Amino acid sequence: MSTQPLSAHAELPGRIGLAQTAQHSLALAGRGVTKFMKSPIQLVDVILTPIISLLMFVYLFGEAMSGGDTDRYLQLVTPGVMVMAVFQASVGIGASLCADASTGIFDRFRSMPIARSSPLIGAVLADIIRYVVCLGTLVVLALVMGYRVQTGPVASLAALALLVGFALSFSWISVYLGMLIKNPASVQGLMTILILPLTFASNVFVPRDDMAGWLQAWSDVNPVSLVADAVRGLLNGGPVADSLFGTFAWMAGVVVVFFPLAMRAYRKNAG
Amino acid sequence: MAYAIRAEGLVKKYGDFTALDGVDLEVPAGKVVGVLGPNGAGKTTTVRILATLMRPDAGHATIGGHDIVKDPVKVRQLIGLTGQYASVDETLSGAENLVLIGRLLGLSRRDAKARAAALLESFSLAEAARKPIATFSGGMRRRLDLAASLVGRPRVLFLDEPTTGLDPHARQEVWDVVRELVADGSTVLLTTQYLEEADQLADSITVFDKGRKVAEGRPGELKRRVGGQILQVRPTVAADVPLVAGMLAELTGHAPAQDSGVLTVPADEPLIVAAVARRLDGAGITADELGLRLPSLDEVFLALTGHAPAVTGDQPVAV
Repeated sequence: MSTQPLSAHAELPGRIGLAQTAQHSLALAGRGVTKFMKSPIQLVDVILTPIISLLMFVYLFGEAMSGGDTDRYLQLVTPGVMVMAVFQASVGIGASLCADASTGIFDRFRSMPIARSSPLIGAVLADIIRYVVCLGTLVVLALVMGYRVQTGPVASLAALALLVGFALSFSWISVYLGMLIKNPASVQGLMTILILPLTFASNVFVPRDDMAGWLQAWSDVNPVSLVADAVRGLLNGGPVADSLFGTFAWMAGVVVVFFPLAMRAYRKNAG
Repeated sequence: MAYAIRAEGLVKKYGDFTALDGVDLEVPAGKVVGVLGPNGAGKTTTVRILATLMRPDAGHATIGGHDIVKDPVKVRQLIGLTGQYASVDETLSGAENLVLIGRLLGLSRRDAKARAAALLESFSLAEAARKPIATFSGGMRRRLDLAASLVGRPRVLFLDEPTTGLDPHARQEVWDVVRELVADGSTVLLTTQYLEEADQLADSITVFDKGRKVAEGRPGELKRRVGGQILQVRPTVAADVPLVAGMLAELTGHAPAQDSGVLTVPADEPLIVAAVARRLDGAGITADELGLRLPSLDEVFLALTGHAPAVTGDQPVAV
């Protein structure tokens, strides 16, 4: 508990650099990962939701939509369900951060010489665990049900990386709402409403050409459709360039808009 | 004189409510200043501003010479904060909390672990180091919270109501820790609603009321400023109380106050003690207690602000 005289700190750095921001964010991501390890119950939703979704869509709707050819529908719908599941997994962060930020530990973070953004970035990165568990569950189940990757391991890994990247970028919308609205339940409710039109009015469950014209127009620019196209291309084969470009544009756009908004709301949160 | 904390004209408003209404504060390096006041006096707002958690609406302040608004990153390298509510992660263990903070402050994994172990040891938490904080007692939590504030060896420590809600035994433990820190030469700004706490720990006391500073000084000076001394008499036999009360009224010219067998009365003249002793002796009355004392800080607060400090439900009884 020894102390140094004040004069020993005459030359204090006045700014936090990018390398330090990364270091602080990783340390705080480690905190998030430790929390998941201590209570794995927090991962139940990302295991059960994808299982229920895939079983339901293939055996309930698939039967009707593909005239009994569930194997073909499984092949079409698996990449889409991956997008939907990882998207759903990414919206939980707002509510949990909202609850976390109201505890004393965030006051401590704010009073420490660490990057202001690092508690938020750390939480976003820790959620990679959720995405990996979610996608891992889906991959195993889909393989058991008969799904077969048509491309190779590199393309498969690229597809999984793209899905995680998509979830990481879009989670900033949820982080922003979590910082803006001080009630976790409202944040969760809002996010659920937001992802419904994005996931269902997409080409995940219904082929684009079967949609009404106005719906096609929406589906063509819908980020969920674009990611689903890219993942389908990477796993089932087919062109991916256009859909990848669209996906990256959406990811960048969401981060550019919502990261600063989330940071501003987080700063104001302290009162 | 070098000031560790210097604030001038701090103002903070929440809508129509003025939490701070132009507060000045100067804390010399190495001193403990107690900020005393009831709920809503502006104590926590002051700490949150000085610890760079929020900005003042007007006024300015420096910590170790660095401006809290212009140079918050520098200020944060000098300070430690222990909030009113334990600022540690409930789901992590004590050791994990301290290691995380060490890592955030740029210590290597090894150094962070060593620092955590040393702090846990000196705060008598070594045995509970691996247990989740949810299993900790209130006193253990506060001690861990204090330990967490000290990982970075802060020059200036903010303790915001460090013992609110603790039982007397746990309060004593926290006080012991604060006394050690002070012996080490840390500068401490301590807020409290407990007059006893400020009296016990602080070199000087600043009294806040409704967002303003209403008094400051050494505990003894504050007590003297409020008035003379108090004569206190406790007759051995409770039945003698009315009789003794009559004698005191006659000798001092003030009506004595009575509380559970103890009579108190303002004493303008020190020789009064001898006179009272002679009268009691003459009447054959014995007293367990007879003497002069300075007014308590409760009495000081009443005299300075015109109202007694808010007594909250969690105020400990044995102080």
